[in-house]
Amino acid sequence: MQTTFPTTLSSSFTHAEPKLEIRNIVKTFGVGKDAVTAVDNVSLKIAPNEFSCIVGPSGCGKSTLLSIAAGLTRATAGEILVDGTQVPGPGADRGMVFQHYTLFPWLSVADNVAFGLKIKGMPKAEQKHKVAYYLDIVGLSNQAKAYPKALSGGMKQRVAIARALANDPEVLLMDEPFGALDSQTKEQLQAFFHDLWAKTHITVLMITHDVEEAIFLSQRVFIMDRNGQIKKTIPINLPAHRELDMKLTADFLDYKREIVHLLR
Amino acid sequence: MTDSPRRYLKPSVFWSIRQGFPRWLQPILIAASLIVPVLIWSFLSYGGYVNPKFLPTPTEVISTGITMLGDGELMVDIFASLGRVMAGFIFAAIIGIPVGIAMGTFYSMDSLLGGFVRTARYMPIAAFVPLIIIWAGIDEVSKILIIFFGIVFYNATMIADAVKFIPNETLNVAYTLGANRLDLLRSVILPATLPNILDTLRVNIAGAWNFLVLSELIAAQNGLGFTIVRSQRYLQTDKAMFCIVVICVIGLATDFAFRLAFRLWLPWAESKMS
Ligand SMILES: Nc1ncnc2c1ncn2[C@@H]1O[C@H](COP(=O)(O)OP(=O)(O)O)[C@@H](O)[C@H]1O
Ligand SMILES: [Mg+2]
Repeated sequence: MQTTFPTTLSSSFTHAEPKLEIRNIVKTFGVGKDAVTAVDNVSLKIAPNEFSCIVGPSGCGKSTLLSIAAGLTRATAGEILVDGTQVPGPGADRGMVFQHYTLFPWLSVADNVAFGLKIKGMPKAEQKHKVAYYLDIVGLSNQAKAYPKALSGGMKQRVAIARALANDPEVLLMDEPFGALDSQTKEQLQAFFHDLWAKTHITVLMITHDVEEAIFLSQRVFIMDRNGQIKKTIPINLPAHRELDMKLTADFLDYKREIVHLLR
Repeated sequence: MTDSPRRYLKPSVFWSIRQGFPRWLQPILIAASLIVPVLIWSFLSYGGYVNPKFLPTPTEVISTGITMLGDGELMVDIFASLGRVMAGFIFAAIIGIPVGIAMGTFYSMDSLLGGFVRTARYMPIAAFVPLIIIWAGIDEVSKILIIFFGIVFYNATMIADAVKFIPNETLNVAYTLGANRLDLLRSVILPATLPNILDTLRVNIAGAWNFLVLSELIAAQNGLGFTIVRSQRYLQTDKAMFCIVVICVIGLATDFAFRLAFRLWLPWAESKMS
């Protein structure tokens, strides 16, 4: 394919030791005649500082795969490694942002962000500092004392992202985090999240059904098919600095065309 | 093309289902629901349609009540009954809340305790009264036990169900923030179910009053239930009715207290209390 823009990041991904490795994961639900193989022998290596997305038709096993990566669902076979070490269950090293029910309604915005820090036993002063820092990053300093029920959908997701980031995870896993938002809010958050990633270079594995979102944010896009397998991996060689207008460029649309065809 | 007529929802004020309800109509309907029974009562009693021995007039009930309050015996009854209800209710909360949370949280506890608790809920407590008296005697302990057993299983099952309604995502996000199972219990499951716990207690304290009357039917020297039974023996329907009114008023007051506590302690929760 095309690719004219030099990117330093994506070319180095395949060589670095992976931050997150998904190795030969199989997940079968049910037994006997009713057995459904949701994930069929998927292996992925996510490099440090990489932003990658999984796209695929609904019901193809994306959420199941991510949940296994987070340690929340047990795989039928295969293993998950973080920094080369196999992990037995969920932990703070793999932060997660879901589409729904993301915030604890009984905690204020600030206390939501502090949740993981408190559990770690971080000193109060340090907690406060960190919460303030991340609330500032997501632009919600003024809502620190508010309860989640007073926030809009987009604000809730920003808090959920701040909470995950404040916990300093090695990898951030996100399952359609912008899927429930209206298209304007969604684009705002895409731009916001791209800038955030450009600043922090946190390792991200995200699920989305929005092809443009995947291209816009990612260095690599994995296409999952209805058999629960990764059908193709597409490196996105677009400039590191991205703005929403990029979605209208010819290169971007080439990627979009390719992926949309693969998904058919 | 078939020419079926288009159908639209007809607007309605009285039968509106979550489509808004005029504020002015609510107090009118509430008042009607309280006034109409009193009107029927007044009509039957003042009109002399029933024997006044069976149905005293509202004024008779009120004047009897004033006399009862005056000679101080009623206060003794009220405090005796209140003490029994509170003791039974508090023990049922102390046991029922943790058991319910354990059942709702752990599959193992649900199997271990749930089988017994859910079966026990169907045991008619009235049928156990003779046994409880044999086991615990006829003093305060047996009365408190009757109230306790009457509501503890409901507390546990209702709270267990509330725990099961916590969305998986809420628990999963806590795990990925580094929570272990104890953190999950303390910092997620408990606060998440607090509104339901308060609501369960509010509903079941009404049950506690029912079982109080049952417990005072047998071998009591005082209490509102006892006074009601004794009034029956002397055909003092006015006394019995006033005691029932007193129980209602106490019930409404506790209900109000629970609602107030809910609003003050749980400002984050969206109440759908009825
Ligand atoms: N707990 C479960 N029990 C049985 N089948 C499940 C369960 N979770 C997911 N599945 C099935 O696995 C497949 C993949 O689901 P999911 O991972 O949610 O897909 P996606 O996120 O790509 O839409 C679907 O066919 C779904 O019905
Ligand atoms: Mg999904």
